[in-house]
Amino acid sequence: MGRFLFRRLVYLVVLVVIATAATYFLAAAALNPRSNFEGRNPPPPPAVVDARLDELNLNDKTPIVERFGRWVRGVFDLNMGQTVDGGSVNEEMGRRVGVSLRLLLIGSILGTVLGIAAGAYSAVKQYGLSDRGMTLVSFVILSVNTVVLAVFLANAGNSFNNLIGYRAVYNTGEYAPGLEAWSWPGIVDRIQHLILPSLVLILQGFAFYSRYQRNSMLDVLGSDFVRTAQAKGLRRSKALIKHALRTALIPMGTFFAYQFALIFIGSIFVEKIFTWHGMGEWFVQSIQKNDVNATAAIGMFVAILVLVAGFLSDVVTVALDPRIRRS
Amino acid sequence: MASKVPQSRSRLVLRRLVRRRLALMGMVAVLLFFVFAYLGPHFYKWQYDQLDFQAFQQPPSSEHWFGTTQNGFDMLARTMRGMQKSLIIGLIGAVISTGIAAVAGAAAGYFAGWTDRAIVAFIDLLLVLPAFLIIAILSPIFSERTWLIFVLLLAAFQWMITARVVRSMTLSMKEREFVYAARFMGVSDWKIILRHILPNMSSFLIIDATINVSSLILSEVGLSFFGFGVQPPDISLGTLINDHWQSAGTPNGYQFYLPALLLVLLVLSVNLVGDGLRDALDPNAGGGGDR
Repeated sequence: MGRFLFRRLVYLVVLVVIATAATYFLAAAALNPRSNFEGRNPPPPPAVVDARLDELNLNDKTPIVERFGRWVRGVFDLNMGQTVDGGSVNEEMGRRVGVSLRLLLIGSILGTVLGIAAGAYSAVKQYGLSDRGMTLVSFVILSVNTVVLAVFLANAGNSFNNLIGYRAVYNTGEYAPGLEAWSWPGIVDRIQHLILPSLVLILQGFAFYSRYQRNSMLDVLGSDFVRTAQAKGLRRSKALIKHALRTALIPMGTFFAYQFALIFIGSIFVEKIFTWHGMGEWFVQSIQKNDVNATAAIGMFVAILVLVAGFLSDVVTVALDPRIRRS
Repeated sequence: MASKVPQSRSRLVLRRLVRRRLALMGMVAVLLFFVFAYLGPHFYKWQYDQLDFQAFQQPPSSEHWFGTTQNGFDMLARTMRGMQKSLIIGLIGAVISTGIAAVAGAAAGYFAGWTDRAIVAFIDLLLVLPAFLIIAILSPIFSERTWLIFVLLLAAFQWMITARVVRSMTLSMKEREFVYAARFMGVSDWKIILRHILPNMSSFLIIDATINVSSLILSEVGLSFFGFGVQPPDISLGTLINDHWQSAGTPNGYQFYLPALLLVLLVLSVNLVGDGLRDALDPNAGGGGDR
């Protein structure tokens, strides 16, 4: 079991390294930081631009491999370089990671858990009213673009406020300024800001997972070992949860790993529409500002997220699947 | 005893498809969307690039069915134009993506050995790089050129999971008698793949291409929303939503909600067709009446 997890970890680390390197090379090839300086009025002398670009490790006259080498050495010293404005990538990331994680963690965990529970339940009650309703709902949600869903919910929140005549939910920003973070009003205020953006992520996770979990559960429900479990006298609920659900969860692990990158992408839209200043917003800004170092750092962040999600799903698989545990 | 006339497979599939009411509705809706996007402009008074200086920011009326924008563009004409681009992006992209998946997956499964290992490793790598991030990063390169490069990129990041399935289907199919027969008759490898293996998974490929259409339309909207996709002066549903999403919740909300509603309906109908095709083409599916 330890060896299996170790092998997976090594594989995932290799993938992260390759993905990060690929992001750096693509960003360095596609983005043109020089244009930021040459576009200024009056245009600075070329020598000054070159010197500044060299300082920031963004000079396209330096071979790309050399720039990459300098960036990698920096990363090993836990320094991801400078942004195109001369700020520190580390500092900017430190400010934004928390914002993104607060948004992502609650939304993705709730969406996954609710989706899996709903999918398993509707498989047990196949063709029942709740099953049909849930299938229809997730089918519709999966057909709605994230932008449309988020804009719609943001405005639905406003209408809801008007309806009850009280500002229950907010659709801009992460918190209201001027409140103590760890006081009662501060926490309530954060929750009021969190509800709508999380709802977008929860609905999407719910639609995705309930659909797959339903299929995977239906495959398992017909198998002999579930019937045997009931035949030997287990209560139906116990047979369903301990034997059927447990087996049906195994294939979901892989989905979870790949889906996590997609959740981050979903959060890019959510951050823009609800004006949260997280990693997603930074990613869009970095590309628009030709910021190679910041873009590569975000690429690395996403790859690490996928690694953590992938490794977690492996741990869950090991816990659920006795065949792997024994080998 | 009534004698049963043997039916051709295509007629059987069509019949099963028509029997599913939702799938039929989806098909009709997709057809209507095509008519709307491509024939509509010929019967409508306003052109997508025409300004009406008498009507700025007007809500829907008998003159401008979907209202006008701040500059006096007609929203219905622009929506039809945008839908043209979204439909064509979905179609071209889906065909390319399923094509790549079929060829790469079948080659990996059929040739095995190093070809297989190389293709599988490449698929793994592409699956780790999120398509959205990569296309966004590459957008400065293609933004000044034609949108066709954008479609190619969308397709280039869409095929991996299908290719995996095609690979495993090929692995089992290449042990079948008809493949052996063809090989012993001296048919070349690529001809076997194209003439014997891929046609035998055509149902799967057709379903996949249909589902790809809707997911490509959605990806286009997502990327264009940040200006990383279709670039002005071209119009797509994505650029329309990007231009007007901030009007939602104002009195000009129609500028966002009308194109968004059509987008949702379009994707929903394509998905219904995909779902219906899956049931109609699957020999194990029930409910088709005569099998």
